[in-house]
Amino acid sequence: MLTFTLRRLLLAIPTLLAISLVIFLLVDYAPGSPLSDIPLTVPPDVRQKMIEAMGADQPVFVRYLLWLKQFFWIEPMTQFDYWFGTSYMEGEQRILSWQTRSPVFSIIGERLPQTLIVIGTAYLVGILIALPIGIYSAYRQYSIFDQAGTLVAMIGFSVPTFFSGTLLIIIFAVWLGWFPTKYDTTLEVTDWASFLEQLRQMAMPVMTLGLANAAAISRYMRSSMLDNMSMDYVRTARAKGLSERTVVLKHVLRNSLIPVVTVIALGIPSIFGGAIITENLFGVNGIGAALIGAIHASDLPMVQTLAFIFAVLIVLFNLIADVLYGFLDPRIRYD
Amino acid sequence: MTDATTTPPKPASQLREIWQQFRTHKGALFGLIVLGILILFVVFGQFVWDPPQRLSDTIKMKNQGPSLTAPFGTDQLGRDLLLRMIQAGRVSLAVGLIAMLIAIVFGTFVGIMAGYFRKLDGPLMRLTDMFLALPLIPLLLVMVMLFRDKVAGILGPELGAFTLIVFAIGITSWMATARIVRGEVLTLKEREYVLAARSIGARSNRIILRHILPNVVSPVMVAATLGVAEAIITESVLSFLGLGFPPDFPTWGRLLYDGLQYLQIYPERVIWPGVAISLTVLSVNYIGDGLRDALDPRIRGR
Repeated sequence: MLTFTLRRLLLAIPTLLAISLVIFLLVDYAPGSPLSDIPLTVPPDVRQKMIEAMGADQPVFVRYLLWLKQFFWIEPMTQFDYWFGTSYMEGEQRILSWQTRSPVFSIIGERLPQTLIVIGTAYLVGILIALPIGIYSAYRQYSIFDQAGTLVAMIGFSVPTFFSGTLLIIIFAVWLGWFPTKYDTTLEVTDWASFLEQLRQMAMPVMTLGLANAAAISRYMRSSMLDNMSMDYVRTARAKGLSERTVVLKHVLRNSLIPVVTVIALGIPSIFGGAIITENLFGVNGIGAALIGAIHASDLPMVQTLAFIFAVLIVLFNLIADVLYGFLDPRIRYD
Repeated sequence: MTDATTTPPKPASQLREIWQQFRTHKGALFGLIVLGILILFVVFGQFVWDPPQRLSDTIKMKNQGPSLTAPFGTDQLGRDLLLRMIQAGRVSLAVGLIAMLIAIVFGTFVGIMAGYFRKLDGPLMRLTDMFLALPLIPLLLVMVMLFRDKVAGILGPELGAFTLIVFAIGITSWMATARIVRGEVLTLKEREYVLAARSIGARSNRIILRHILPNVVSPVMVAATLGVAEAIITESVLSFLGLGFPPDFPTWGRLLYDGLQYLQIYPERVIWPGVAISLTVLSVNYIGDGLRDALDPRIRGR
């Protein structure tokens, strides 16, 4: 198991390097980069200085290696300096945002908690809704509850989050006026009243994302339960005279959760992708909103870094899911 | 063997059998009907509903509610919303279909190459894995932002946006097809009939075209159906984030994005395009579900 994990970790490195190269080259060679539209009225020597100041006169591979060094060495070490009060990275060039001239990673550090709070809660709510529904629909297969669950899940797959979110806004914010339409990032939770306020403003984004996730996860839970319900060990457990409750909730559920757990781990990165939409719709000031803002402002370092962070998340959670699967299910250990 | 003398019943054609199985899936039938109505609506809608719009009238006509002259009302520039829904739907469905075609052709090509030629298998599958690990929505947004003006300069703003978005969606959604096709080809190429074809000296391209390709059609068709739904959603996400089609060449996603600003006063401007997108995707998903059952001979026999 350890060798498998180590091998997967080593394999992740070339994948990540390839992805970083793709992202870097895509952004670098694109015709729309701001360096290509310096106005013609700017004199040639000034133009040359502008290009030099941004480091854009270096060959591509030099810039790529520099960016890698910034991403993998300077930025983590700066964080290290910050935590332990050392100064190894004093005066080193960090990745700077072209919009604000401040380090990209400090902007991400400010935005990330907003994303994590909303998305983390949404995913948790989605799982909590999905598991009981999946279990009960499998237990009573082809019942009315199961058929209704299938229909709702199909609708949940098909209605895009930007529309379901908009519908929630129309119903609960415009007509009923229960929740605010926009998420207030500056709200600080200090007492009970502000905590309630925070809950109210989180309700709609969390429901939008949570329901979309619940649709998928409940289907996985159902089919995984169905696979296990017809197994021999279930018959044995019933034959022993165990109560139906013990059979379903202990024997079947534990085995059925194995694939579902990996699906949940695999879904986490795509959640961040989907969060871009929800964050924009509800005005949550997270990293998804930062990405859109950077794209509209042609802030290339920010875009490169954020896109690469999304890629790192995908690779990381794929790895976690693989390792977790082998860890939970001894039948498919890979060594 | 007593009834060997009686004439055997005429074998039902395969298409007919598939249709028989497909018909038993209620959701798929519903999807087919709804999608048919939607296609009729966007293709022939403009012949039935094409109100004359004079520039001088549009100021008076703006922001009207539903009425007999404009069943869906008019927008902030006095344009008839029903007409815009028809035009936008045409673009949305076209984007879905063409992006799906690109993805399917490319995915099938990669899948067959990887499955048939052992030397290509490793590199092509690593490429597929890498594409699967790319963050697609951010990458699509970046591609559209960076290449939009350049492509628009070459092909014009409308065709440029269309080409760029269709191409971008197409080349980022072929991976699932490639994996399915590769798996199928790996088993198919060990079959006796492929061996027989090879033993009489058929060349690889002939074996692929005549013997392997026809046998991977059914999984590819299911993947294609689901691909349309995915492409329509991806396009509307791009439009929704303001990086899709220009406002005078709308898609349903773009109409929804335009309607968002008037959400509090005219919620129906968001609801109509949203319902259209959701219905299309829902019916396409159901059709894909039904096709999967109908094309699977193991299920069909029962």
